[in-house]
Amino acid sequence: MPAVLSEPFVSPAAGSVPSALAVEALSLSFGGVTALSDISFAVAPGEIRAVIGPNGAGKSSLLNVVSGLYRPDRGRVWLGGHSFAAVPTDRLAKLGVSRSFQNLALFKGLSVLDNVAAGLSHRLRAGVLAQVIGLPAARRERAEAQAKAEELLAFLHLDGVRDRPAGTLPYGMQKRVELARALVARPRLLLLDEPMAGMTLTEKRDLSGHIRAARDDLGTTIVLIEHDVGVVMGLSDRIAVLDYGRLIADGTPDQIRNDPVVIDAYLGVAHDLEAGEGI
Amino acid sequence: MTDLALEKAGTATVRRLSPAPFGIGALLIVAYGVLPLVASEYLFDAILTPFLALALAGLGLNILIGYAGQVSLGSSAFMAVGAYAAYNLALRLPGLPFLVDILLAGLVAAAVGLLFGLPSLRLRGFYLAVSTLAAQFFVQWVFNKVGWFSNDSPSGIVTVPPLSVAGLPLDSSAGRYLFALGVVTAVTLAVWRLVESPTGRALVALRDHETAARVIGIPVLRVKLLAFAVSSFIIGVAGVLWAFAYLRTVEPAGFNLDRSFQILFIVIIGGLASLRGAFLGAALIVVFPLLLSRLGEALLGGLFDSGVLEMSQRIVLGLLIVTFLIAEPAGLTALLDRAWSRIAGRFRRAG
Ligand SMILES: Nc1ncnc2c1ncn2[C@@H]1O[C@H](COP(=O)(O)OP(=O)(O)OP(=O)(O)O)[C@@H](O)[C@H]1O
Ligand SMILES: [Mg+2]
Repeated sequence: MPAVLSEPFVSPAAGSVPSALAVEALSLSFGGVTALSDISFAVAPGEIRAVIGPNGAGKSSLLNVVSGLYRPDRGRVWLGGHSFAAVPTDRLAKLGVSRSFQNLALFKGLSVLDNVAAGLSHRLRAGVLAQVIGLPAARRERAEAQAKAEELLAFLHLDGVRDRPAGTLPYGMQKRVELARALVARPRLLLLDEPMAGMTLTEKRDLSGHIRAARDDLGTTIVLIEHDVGVVMGLSDRIAVLDYGRLIADGTPDQIRNDPVVIDAYLGVAHDLEAGEGI
Repeated sequence: MTDLALEKAGTATVRRLSPAPFGIGALLIVAYGVLPLVASEYLFDAILTPFLALALAGLGLNILIGYAGQVSLGSSAFMAVGAYAAYNLALRLPGLPFLVDILLAGLVAAAVGLLFGLPSLRLRGFYLAVSTLAAQFFVQWVFNKVGWFSNDSPSGIVTVPPLSVAGLPLDSSAGRYLFALGVVTAVTLAVWRLVESPTGRALVALRDHETAARVIGIPVLRVKLLAFAVSSFIIGVAGVLWAFAYLRTVEPAGFNLDRSFQILFIVIIGGLASLRGAFLGAALIVVFPLLLSRLGEALLGGLFDSGVLEMSQRIVLGLLIVTFLIAEPAGLTALLDRAWSRIAGRFRRAG
């Protein structure tokens, strides 16, 4: 187990409102490859924050550090009032953080409903015997989880496929199920790694709407990795730009659009928006 | 927070015509009501009772392999633990009712299974498979070496006391069958409840995407160890049935690697992550060799001796398994499902 340091929350980003997420001087390398190099930034509560950058820039690594799947070489992560040298993944859901993955990470053999209800696993209290016997507390807890999952299915227009095994759904729909699973616990912070990769234009527009609704209706803070610059500009309050593991810009969509460094590194170069995804 | 409910539409789904309740009811009537009246001793002793014990072992292993996605090649070690535990409990604590013996024997097997499940927290796939072989060889070695377990019997083979439950003697072929049937029914019901429960869903989540399971707060370590414990408990109880209801003796050689593979084949042939699969697979594994040897004797009995026949029987069984793995990786369960939906489809068209 990695050592976890917990201290009272003091936002490293100046300001009266504590950040929903802050990272401070994060560095991470794999052998000779530097994935993250001295990254610091903060995300305000209720913000939709995009993280963009070329392939291999370190975007996924950043989310993996924030969710504790990677342990950074240096730096700290501030989450839910605590600061961590390594975020404890097992406690992530309890800290009010949920995430989706760049590659589909559904439980293929479970139904759509069960996938989404699984997003509430950390709330279950009943022991396995109570579940097998069917004690009232276990039954109630399960019914509550299913009711919440059904709400999310309706919210994301997935109720028609409620009982289908998740692995049998088309790609775009699986992405949506993953979003539902991440949202069902009503997280304070939602991390999305390329939720729209491989989607059609209509699907992207729908999903953008859902993401905005999650923020507006549920107050969820959202950190979103996305390659489609059009989507990013329309959806996010602020944008962080990574290149070769460094944070080269951090600002509003307007600032980013006109930043010469960003244009040079990312926006200006001819890159195929969908190429190389799903790696 | 209530806005989400706004769009909540009707969630009625079309229920597929399911053979399950029908089939199970019919099977139970045949198993409890018809067979005890009509079956011969041979059918009980050579087919039905071993079928029940092996099906139960397959059910236990399926929890681990099919549902939780962990590999194990040492199942029969836990059968042995269950059998020896029940034997020693019956021998040394004669006051205990036999049903308590079974429960305790299952718990002992669960504890040993938990111990050998610990490597699964670090290892997976091939490496885990190899480490479960350690259970196989270690347990067999212990029962061979430590005479205490077999009450210092010089041959290492011990005879178990005759079955009786609550003063009711069950030492006839039909009685032992009915006893095994009762145990298997009860355990299967509990397993069904388990796999349908949130914990059962967590097992599958672990199998399908361990990282995602961890991120959403499924206690991965606990669930993995639970899978090993529950699986070993059930296989241990299967071992008790094997010893007390089927063979009426216990010896380490009966729980060797061959037996472990037999159980593994039951799970694979029957179908992973399917309760029915364990029963279908066990039926095939028990009945098929008998049919083959009858057939072999009838056709070639005059030409070859029994050794050759037995060898060719193994080869045919092996070929069958390989064919199965290639042609129908989802097992007999999937085969049956397809057949059923074809029949149901024909009915619907006709009606
Ligand atoms: N687990 C790992 N082991 C080794 N190298 C890794 C690992 N994860 C990431 N890297 C390396 O770190 C660098 C950053 O990778 P990362 O996946 O974070 O990029 P990304 O910005 O998400 O790219 P993409 O847009 O292609 O998803 C890459 O060079 C990658 O090869
Ligand atoms: Mg990535």
